[in-house]
Amino acid sequence: MSAAENLAEERHITVYIMGKAYEVPAEATIMGAIEYAGHQIIRGAGCREGYCGACATIYRLPGDYKIRTGLACMTLVEDGMTLAQIPSVPAEKAIYDIEKLKPDVSAMMQVYPTIFRCVACNTCTKACPQGLQVMDYIQAAKRGDIAAVMDLSFDCVECGLCMLRCPAEITQPLVGILGKRLYGRYLRKESPDLVAKVKAVEDGAFEAEYAEMMALSREALSQRYYALDSE
Amino acid sequence: MYPEYMAESLRKVAQTRPGRLELARKPAPVYPPMNAEERQAVLEGFHPDYEPSARRPVRVGPNRGETLTTEVADLLESHSWLRSEQVDLEHPDFETDLLIIGGGGAGCNAALVAMQEHGMRSMIATKLRMGDSNTIMSQGGMQAAVSATDSPTRHFLDAIGGGHFENKPELVKALTEDGPAVVKWLEDLGVVWDKEEDGSMQVLHGGGTSRKRMVSCRDYTGAMIMRTLMDEVRNHPDMITIKEFMPAVELIMDDEGRCAGAILYSMDSEEFFTVKAKSTLIATGGYGRLHIRGYDTTNHYGATGDGLVMAYRAGAKLMYMDSVQYHPTGASFPEQIAGFLITEKIRGAGGQPLNKDGELFVFPREPRDIEASAIIRECVQNGGGVETPSGRLGVWLDSPLIDMLHGEGYVAHQFPAMYRQYIRYGIDINKLPMLIYPSLHYQNGGVEINERCETDIPGLYVAGEATGGLHGRNRLMGNSVLDYNVFGRRAGRYAGEYAKSVKLGRLSLAHLDKFEQELADSGVQTDLVTPILLPSYAPKDVKKRRLVRGGNVLPGASVLHNRLHDERSGN
Repeated sequence: MSAAENLAEERHITVYIMGKAYEVPAEATIMGAIEYAGHQIIRGAGCREGYCGACATIYRLPGDYKIRTGLACMTLVEDGMTLAQIPSVPAEKAIYDIEKLKPDVSAMMQVYPTIFRCVACNTCTKACPQGLQVMDYIQAAKRGDIAAVMDLSFDCVECGLCMLRCPAEITQPLVGILGKRLYGRYLRKESPDLVAKVKAVEDGAFEAEYAEMMALSREALSQRYYALDSE
Repeated sequence: MYPEYMAESLRKVAQTRPGRLELARKPAPVYPPMNAEERQAVLEGFHPDYEPSARRPVRVGPNRGETLTTEVADLLESHSWLRSEQVDLEHPDFETDLLIIGGGGAGCNAALVAMQEHGMRSMIATKLRMGDSNTIMSQGGMQAAVSATDSPTRHFLDAIGGGHFENKPELVKALTEDGPAVVKWLEDLGVVWDKEEDGSMQVLHGGGTSRKRMVSCRDYTGAMIMRTLMDEVRNHPDMITIKEFMPAVELIMDDEGRCAGAILYSMDSEEFFTVKAKSTLIATGGYGRLHIRGYDTTNHYGATGDGLVMAYRAGAKLMYMDSVQYHPTGASFPEQIAGFLITEKIRGAGGQPLNKDGELFVFPREPRDIEASAIIRECVQNGGGVETPSGRLGVWLDSPLIDMLHGEGYVAHQFPAMYRQYIRYGIDINKLPMLIYPSLHYQNGGVEINERCETDIPGLYVAGEATGGLHGRNRLMGNSVLDYNVFGRRAGRYAGEYAKSVKLGRLSLAHLDKFEQELADSGVQTDLVTPILLPSYAPKDVKKRRLVRGGNVLPGASVLHNRLHDERSGN
């Protein structure tokens, strides 16, 4: 089938944006549909590839009472969908000095004590468009299992949909970041090669070679480049 | 899921896989890498930069007469949003030591270093939210010479060769020399690098690297770095002020030719605000959303080249604005993710590009421009591409090979984002290859700087993708992540130091009048008002109805309507 034939066959469906009906291509993402309808998105679009969490969306499907959640750039439209973008989710980020924290439960108690209000309802997990076990990492944070917080929250894009649904008003993504930072800062083995390299640069170990290469002609530099062995 | 008609091609890919797996397990390259002549030939024949209509001379400004990428020339020959006589510069709305335009990786690094090393206060003005930038989207990793067998000088040579020996050497030296320290700095801030059991950094190959040098955080490298930096910036609200949805639209100068801040525009209330600053840093990133030559892009929504325009009108010289990077592997199917970045780490881990017959046609780790050109050649000249239902072309990127090479579960752990991207459409990348085609990825050129991030204009600093010269005419994978960290930190250091001593004169926007005069004198006729700020993806008929209403629309509404995108891509 040629491209033109296919385009002629493009199917349209109806979605409701801010309550108003629009005909949009059946294959569109929610973001694509909103733009197709002529809206200029300012709040509610960012990377457009599922990394930044700017496009948190809630929607309903016809005949279904449930509020569903998704990223507008990643979720496909369905016929009869009712859409609303979440421009932002207010959250209080705690101020702290990473150098003064310990990578255990004490940090969690000090920085984000609200996690202890978790009633384990799992609503956060159900809301997560990334499919993360959000409640599990909050439980891990309560136990001071920083490695588990890091691992389980690794793919969090901070869209805030879990926070919005949480009956205890916990700020899950921020807890995830704290967990990751504590892990990165304190719970990794140091790389001896890295430390050695940093020191070698500081000691000027490469200065002579830099100077030599920077003095080479383009031809000589090219020769040296094409002669490089590869690992 | 792939349409039925692709089954035959997919069967061929599966058929050649055992042979290719055997090949990949040997130490020799799976396909012969090109020599210098072959590289030149494929570039000249197939790189989008080499098409006759890709470039034209610019008629105004510091680079007048130079041949630039056509869309960039259009962008630079445009009107300001502001009329200088209507702006009150006597009573600035805000004052700060260091004004940072752009809240991505370079901007955050600069704010932290200016604070730590010089006690300087910063204001970060950003178009969308903090962290909304290309930084957050980088997947594969960051180059830095951190392994025992590698060295910064070898990294230097790889970067210069990849850039066709046109890089500014002192910038490449700064980049590669600071690399290991940046890895350490980020780790101390809490970035969770991928590591081996013994604590040493996990390193992988990228295109054009002679050593395994890519450090990463699974395939969320940029997200991990950005969120760590952002969190740390927000830990200092007394020293770093954040203005979101407040892009800068023009720089402010003083009467002695120094940069002295910028005019911000509120996306919410359509008001302008003046910021007086002792030093100013442009960290606005690139221009992928201009859809150069109609290509899809991997870039962030806000990547519209704003920093270039502001700096150019103020008199800063640009470098290599004739050179664009197309990432070899953007998604070609499904339509919904067309143009999305497929990280080079896939090829670093052993993924192979194949034509419709399941055959290798290029060494998978050529430098990016070479690899992209070879893929375009395979599709356009050799007929080796697969056509998608919407008429796009693509070649296969064989990902199932990766688990076979590294053990089951490797893809799931190393590429969780990529896996998630495709499984939504019923494509399991552990079992099926991805269909890919080059996608607009990076602005190779930009504002010319030295290794202190200084421009020709005192008090104006630039860092990250908005600069030119570092990568020559082609950037290697992972060097942009290192770029915004190294030069963001350097910008904070030197702009912070400068801010300590400078005494500003009277504020002025005379450079705008001068530029407007130059446009008139050069006979340029244009209705384009820049910075563009955001592209518009409304369908043509919607835009037409808007134009009917036009004539007296508010500046915001007219500028947000992206004229360039309409004309070039036909969307």
